[in-house]
Amino acid sequence: MSLMDFFRRDQKNSAAIAKERLRVLVAHDRLRNNGPDYLPQLQRDILEVIRKYVEIGDDDVVVNLENQGQTSILELNVTLPDQKP
Amino acid sequence: MAKIIVVTSGKGGVGKTTTSAAVASALAMRGFKTAVIDFDVGLRNLDLIMGCERRVVYDFVNVIQQDATLNQALIRDKRLENLYVLPASQTRDKDALDQEGVKRVLDELAETFDYIICDSPAGIEHGAQMALYFADEAIIVTNPEVSSVRDSDRIIGILQSKSRRAREGGTVKEHLLLTRYNPERVERGEMLSVKDVEEILAIPLLGVIPESEAVLKASNQGVPVVHDQESDAGQAYDDAVARYLGEDRPHRFLDKQKKSFLKRVFGG
Repeated sequence: MSLMDFFRRDQKNSAAIAKERLRVLVAHDRLRNNGPDYLPQLQRDILEVIRKYVEIGDDDVVVNLENQGQTSILELNVTLPDQKP
Repeated sequence: MAKIIVVTSGKGGVGKTTTSAAVASALAMRGFKTAVIDFDVGLRNLDLIMGCERRVVYDFVNVIQQDATLNQALIRDKRLENLYVLPASQTRDKDALDQEGVKRVLDELAETFDYIICDSPAGIEHGAQMALYFADEAIIVTNPEVSSVRDSDRIIGILQSKSRRAREGGTVKEHLLLTRYNPERVERGEMLSVKDVEEILAIPLLGVIPESEAVLKASNQGVPVVHDQESDAGQAYDDAVARYLGEDRPHRFLDKQKKSFLKRVFGG
């Protein structure tokens, strides 16, 4: 660590940002490129259904498909907005 | 039986041709009869990196279309007697490669060679798919940079779904080769580390080639960098090939070089 680095240290570590962006992106790419063809449509449909009840953004539904031997697990993660009292 | 290794990356400019030339040379140095094929039809460059550009008479497309025999088109390396280069055509386009023709050439090479290195073009289109289709193993060349890592992941997906081995229910053995690595920048948090890239791509690490002046010097001279055994990059390629062949060699050039006191205080 040099003296110059010491003063630059408060800036956010850009490699960590790169890694985080890649982690999200690669998971998304893998699903789209290697997953079944119906997944994107499934994701859109689920989004529509939830939106009938709660307002959520496009990124708030994450669909993941994992293959474990003979079985495939469809994992669904929905982030709901903060509850207003 | 020959082993077919594709050197691929998705993204361009990450070091595929440099790697193909270095790996093929290092295998030949160890006594294996090795052929290296340029699949980048239309933009041939392997001949330049190997320093045989003035000896190209016939090319890969000529052999595929049976305008020339394999022996007429293969160029023997001037430094290593058991190393041969099959150059790409400069005038045709990538669609000139058809699967049947590529298979015929690879089958004929496989009769007498130990290793066949396929230098893939960038992208994921026809040329890149032809280069990887018949591969037994793949060296994925990746820079520690977001677009390169993403493209590598994409090409890994294609290897796992569209290669011959994948179609026949098998797998292509994958090796990660991280190139243009700069330990100083990694330490400063400005560059993805080996560990970061390994975690994201989740394939076994074959080697790490440091960013090195020796690579440009080697391409200027048309001498594969592995011949420059004084250089860090040359040694790193030699280590990677030794590791590929089963030797246990520790990874070097992953840590920052020791700097003088003044440099440490003022940076640079």
